[in-house]
Amino acid sequence: MPHFPKPAAGSWTENYPELGTAPVDYTDSIDPAFFEAEREAIFKRTWLNVGRVERLPRVGSYFTKELPSAGPGFSVVVVKTRDGSIKAFHNMCRHRGNKLVWNDYPHEETTGTCRQFTCKYHAWRYSLDGELTFVQQEEEFFDLDKREFGLKPVRCEVWEGFIFVNLDPNAQPLAEYLGPLAKGLEGYPFHEMTDVYYYKAQVGSNWKLFIDAFAEFYHAPVLHQKQAVKEEADKLLGFGFEGLHYELQHPHAMISSWGGMSPPKDLGMVKPIERVLRSGLFGPWERPDIDGLDRLPPGLNPAHAKQWGVDSFHFFPNWMLLIWAPGWYLTYHYWPTDVDKHIFEGTMYFVPPRNARERLAQELAAVTFKEYALQDSNTLEATQTMIGTKVVRDFPLCDQEILLRALHKVAGDYVNEYRNNGAKEARNGAAV
Amino acid sequence: MGLPSEFSDLERFSDWILPTEPDRYAKRLASSMAEMQDFYDTAFPRLEDAITYLDKFPLNDLPDDARELMHLMQSLVNVSFPVEVWKQPKVPDSGATYLDCIQEPVV
Repeated sequence: MPHFPKPAAGSWTENYPELGTAPVDYTDSIDPAFFEAEREAIFKRTWLNVGRVERLPRVGSYFTKELPSAGPGFSVVVVKTRDGSIKAFHNMCRHRGNKLVWNDYPHEETTGTCRQFTCKYHAWRYSLDGELTFVQQEEEFFDLDKREFGLKPVRCEVWEGFIFVNLDPNAQPLAEYLGPLAKGLEGYPFHEMTDVYYYKAQVGSNWKLFIDAFAEFYHAPVLHQKQAVKEEADKLLGFGFEGLHYELQHPHAMISSWGGMSPPKDLGMVKPIERVLRSGLFGPWERPDIDGLDRLPPGLNPAHAKQWGVDSFHFFPNWMLLIWAPGWYLTYHYWPTDVDKHIFEGTMYFVPPRNARERLAQELAAVTFKEYALQDSNTLEATQTMIGTKVVRDFPLCDQEILLRALHKVAGDYVNEYRNNGAKEARNGAAV
Repeated sequence: MGLPSEFSDLERFSDWILPTEPDRYAKRLASSMAEMQDFYDTAFPRLEDAITYLDKFPLNDLPDDARELMHLMQSLVNVSFPVEVWKQPKVPDSGATYLDCIQEPVV
């Protein structure tokens, strides 16, 4: 007997008949050829979030972002130009291909501010707009037209302060790609939440397995049961988990979840440190005093549930955005580097605290996030090795795992489309 | 440098005065449960007093001794998990899994 109403189709999953209800084939997470196809079909052709505009406060502020998911070596430099717009370029000097912007170790990301980019090798210089402006001993070259040797541009667009790049010059505009789920979030005060806690790890699993872990809360009462006090944990395990609402707008999806712990009905439900600091997994119980939280944008809490706790959006391919009822947000990025390896990034954003009490409440939320994330990630290598044996190939997914079903279907659709058409186009293009 | 005189009872835990999460987490993993239980049992009852003391100052302009108290309380938050939840320093079953804090607003 569901605690929250399901669609008339009978289940969230059957509300999207294209998903089917059969067990899901996880070969897409262990097959090296499939991963190479994902690089071409997905990571070279979709909009990838690379951070926030607050990272580029001034004209000339820049950061580099490694994109190993698109292929070994891919790297972009993202910069704020003189007219205030944000541009991105392949991080490569046009002279003989040296990586343009890096410090000490060429594969490590870097950040800074400059008037122009100067190559370490032969001091070729590029303006913030990517134009080649200086060539060392220019007279030694043969008919060199500097206008033809600007940095290779990368599509770069901004949505609500989030910077995205796309390696496909013919990609549709970002806002159109992100679609109605993103539209429904516009106006949320992301720009007020500028205190950043950023975590990173190399994980020994396919990138989709970690999205799987964060795209369902069916696991929460089981895997995380020790994190609640005993009585509360038993109760949660008895109830199990049911989402308030699910919505798919292919290739993107969202899940809306309850979260009664902020603040809890009864202080006895939570741990001693949470009682004193009035904070926990769902963040500080007191909402920050900023505009924009009283009337939320229509895309949040779509079920209008009073128990609402968090909405989790998966923007394909590798970005998740979680907006929490108490007024903060969290992002996840998953950057595959191989079929069974990816780099995971988790970043929490809070309104800057006004005093030590608020700072310690945020500290507890951040520490709690890491404890949960370690529990979530520690199952992944165990899963990867076992599905890698191919003893079992198809796995049953329940209605609360609808986002996983959608993710694996969408990834498969992109790869099939590429194998059927995109690869042909590329071959034809090369032949012309 | 030491803690504010009102908190001299916590002075013996001064090696927990650590400004960043990587320092605090490493110290947690390198400590025994007995050490962390002792720290928690002594410092947790002073947490509310510490907040009251710290909130007399602007967070971005704490006197040095108050900042040390803040860093000690941040360590207390970190050890609350082994003490209140796990009964061991590490998250159970986490094996070689790690999650490094690369950036945080350091007080």
